[in-house]
Amino acid sequence: MNSNEVWTYIEIQNGKIADVSLELLGKAQDLAKKLSVKCGAILLGTNPQNHYKNIFEHGADIIYSAEHFALENYTSLPFTKVVCDIIEEYQPQIVLYGATVNGRDLAPRIASKLKVGLTADCTELQIGDYEKKKKGEVKKYENILYQIRPAFGGNIIATIVSPNHRPQMATVRPGVMKINKTDKTNSGKVVNIQANISEELILSEIIKTIQIEKSVNLNSASIIVAGGVGVGSKDNFEKLHELAKTLGGVVGASRAAVDAGYINSDHQIGQTGITVQPKLYIAVGISGQIQHIAGMSNSNRIIAINTDKDAPIFQIANYRIVGDLNKVVPQLIETFKKLKK
Amino acid sequence: MSYKIIVLVKQVPDTKNITVDAMKPDGTVNRSALPTIFNPEDLNALEEALKIKDKYGAKITALTMGPPNASEVLRKSLFYGVDDVILLSDRKFAAADTLATSYALSLAIKKIGEFDLIIGGTQAIDGDTAQVGPQTAEKLHINQITFVDKIQKLSDREIVANRTTDYGYETVKAKLPILLTITAEANTPRPFSVKKTLTYKNAISLIEKHDYDEEYLQSNNPNKPFIITTWNHEDIGAEIEQCGLNGSPTQVKQIENIVLEVGESKEIDNSEDGFKLLISELFSEHIIG
Repeated sequence: MNSNEVWTYIEIQNGKIADVSLELLGKAQDLAKKLSVKCGAILLGTNPQNHYKNIFEHGADIIYSAEHFALENYTSLPFTKVVCDIIEEYQPQIVLYGATVNGRDLAPRIASKLKVGLTADCTELQIGDYEKKKKGEVKKYENILYQIRPAFGGNIIATIVSPNHRPQMATVRPGVMKINKTDKTNSGKVVNIQANISEELILSEIIKTIQIEKSVNLNSASIIVAGGVGVGSKDNFEKLHELAKTLGGVVGASRAAVDAGYINSDHQIGQTGITVQPKLYIAVGISGQIQHIAGMSNSNRIIAINTDKDAPIFQIANYRIVGDLNKVVPQLIETFKKLKK
Repeated sequence: MSYKIIVLVKQVPDTKNITVDAMKPDGTVNRSALPTIFNPEDLNALEEALKIKDKYGAKITALTMGPPNASEVLRKSLFYGVDDVILLSDRKFAAADTLATSYALSLAIKKIGEFDLIIGGTQAIDGDTAQVGPQTAEKLHINQITFVDKIQKLSDREIVANRTTDYGYETVKAKLPILLTITAEANTPRPFSVKKTLTYKNAISLIEKHDYDEEYLQSNNPNKPFIITTWNHEDIGAEIEQCGLNGSPTQVKQIENIVLEVGESKEIDNSEDGFKLLISELFSEHIIG
């Protein structure tokens, strides 16, 4: 059955839907509207019904739900088999996956089995037309998925298409898309899938799962004070912690600052690191390498503080402060405290 | 027991050290101006294979796909201590996306024959996709463990490994044969073996430019250079429609230079008054408060 729908693969982490899956549902809903098709979700697990309400409220019209004991924990082969079976049966035109560790384990296997394209770590997805010239002829494609991603270590932006293959598939990193407002009244149809998993596919066993608390939650922070190598020392980073605390925010860092040992990698923002979109981003002593900008340029407001007036970070900053952070940061703290009263 | 291991390696442009010279005036990347390096996580993959060889004994074959000069990563693999190397090279493989790449690699692996482990880096720094490992495993119909940062145990039928997850790590037990992708955290790669470097420094693929005469290379002269096994699409029985650009579902529609954009932008005077204005504005717009 050719459903032609736009689907999101719903990832379950520790019994909960991963945020990235909800972010993607919002995007899938937008894409489906543009294409005038339904927005679908694929859900695999041992108690899928627990998540139906949440998935519908985030925009799905239809849930393809598979329950099987071998789907309790993610392992590559059973999940690949079941997702491929559902795709082959219902033939969506687009499938989106979160670029989590498990999403990046699963999506390529599915692409390989179905012999379709897959674009990793997209930062934007759009619908548009495409023309291809081949041997003097122009072939036109309408309403295909533009898969937009940084390439070449984040130095260029590429728009990738897979015009001749369905489904078109992409992964998107957590935090890149925004979760759409929930609609408590939205509901839809559940299609129960008979998971067909033979014994030979159960080859991996998860024998231990260890959770390590991250020292900071950058994704949910509305204010981030981030430091670069220009901060100069671990001690100077303390001033950033103080500013963040005063403003009710958290501390982030560029890769260079992490590599310099000023702060641990949980705080790293950028192409290799976490993507954030806070209300306010204060970049202190960050020169503005493209790798860093890729992870924060969608922030609502950006303040840049740097001694070098030509630093590239100033090109994307809404507020530019040329000056020494050791003077500027304490003054900002003081001014905030005064005006807050 | 001794293991048969295939290590997947790749020569990549050094994208982490892109200088101004590497960007053309139109903002695109000038590949020829970039130095090439051994993909960093492939060195971690190679190190894991060598650790297995040290501990249990193994025959390690390094496999790469690339242009003739990709022989360089195979020479280096020999310097580190692999037993054999294979270069997969053919113009027909050019411009392959990850699917077409995994197709060619999987056929080459089938031609190599039996194996217990295939080990590769998690991702290559030129594409950062982390797709080729899982796609190759799927084509070979074998299991995989990706994002491995520690191999805990290996026995003749089973592996126990830790893999990084989004919230910590998990320990996975799985049967062999299997494909593993290794992260940078797994180990610190060892230096070249001096002895092996001397033995293999002249190793060449016959498709590379060289000054040796054919007869000498075919001879039994013990001093002749080590010849890197080189396969083209016919050698692995690949269908042309599934190779390179032809076999790639994904196409690049367009490449853009990154344009840094900002809505409104103003300079804040580095003074008490300047900061007052800034903070008041943020308060009134409910950005802070």
